[in-house]
Amino acid sequence: MLDLIIIGAGPAGITAAIYAARKKMNFVIISRDVGGQTAWSGGVENYTGYQFIPGIELVAKFEEHMKTFAVPLHEGESVQELMRQRDMFVVRTDKTEYQARTVIVASGKQSRELGVPGEKEFRNKGLTYCATCDGPLFANKDVAVIGGGNSALDAALQLMRIARRVYLINIAAELTGDSAIAEKLKNASNVAIYNNARITSVNGAQMVAGITVQKAALVDFLPVQGVFVEIGLIPSAEFIRDVRKNEYGEIMVNCKSETDVPGLFAAGDVTDVPAKQIIVAAGEGAKAALSAFHYVAIHSF
Amino acid sequence: MPKKVTVYSTPTCPYCTRAKQFLTDNRIAFDNVDVSVDTGRAEEMIQKSGQMGVPVLDIDGEIIVGFDRERIQRALGLT
Repeated sequence: MLDLIIIGAGPAGITAAIYAARKKMNFVIISRDVGGQTAWSGGVENYTGYQFIPGIELVAKFEEHMKTFAVPLHEGESVQELMRQRDMFVVRTDKTEYQARTVIVASGKQSRELGVPGEKEFRNKGLTYCATCDGPLFANKDVAVIGGGNSALDAALQLMRIARRVYLINIAAELTGDSAIAEKLKNASNVAIYNNARITSVNGAQMVAGITVQKAALVDFLPVQGVFVEIGLIPSAEFIRDVRKNEYGEIMVNCKSETDVPGLFAAGDVTDVPAKQIIVAAGEGAKAALSAFHYVAIHSF
Repeated sequence: MPKKVTVYSTPTCPYCTRAKQFLTDNRIAFDNVDVSVDTGRAEEMIQKSGQMGVPVLDIDGEIIVGFDRERIQRALGLT
């Protein structure tokens, strides 16, 4: 029986692992990837001690620090279900099953999907959730960015320099992201902004060949080879049902990182903690590990 | 005879970085193709893999999409 299972290896999970290792807890850390959203962010300018560091390098630093301890990191493993059974937790993954006295959920957030026909079929066949990664493959092609917030505007800004033509499909009446970037896009000769518009399908044969867009009663077909989905993030907490969540699906925690389930803790962007920042997630991870350690210590299992 | 390994990547994709790190850690030599600058090789990657996501690994003709650690290990005979 483990003392602790940490789910997620972003800033919160890795920091929790470092604290748990220093407390000599018997634990594992399970995660689909290492670094979470930090790995995908371009430059980080507000992590204390670093005036500027690329996200991927900050992740490498975190990992290097974690690996100074013999931390059992189970990478590439995805949690399917988390259940409480009497005084322990059972975590079922796509590979195996674990049992522990406590769990820290630090699984972060993931891209929200469009939920339209063609989205699944054309994933990586022209449709992507990572403009930073795949953007360069669309040089001189026509692309659509779906969304109107900051991440959509950033993607459009990046793509307008690479692609031939960029369509920005925004469901609201106005762009909601940073106004300086919105201005740049409005003035760009190769960017067309569709406000009050909704994507209704992704079309093509082998690869994406276009999208249909609905604006009021009008339906338009836009011939594009690339679709960049940037409509925000959702908490990666679908594997746990019996815990209190807020209206956004975030796990609710108190100032000790406790959830409403005894022995179950949560940290980072998967929680309702207001500031979604790398440094906040790291701090929350530390707190959750100390709380889990305390929980194991005071219970005579 | 070591296997011929090619990694198609972009400099900004974290899974590309992890895939290359994995190869380096296992002392596997590879050619890195930066598809963000070489559109001809980018087209070659799309032809080979039938998709546009990076990274793509070509290990002696076996095409692996994404950082699929287990498949990479098997293709290289590391397990």
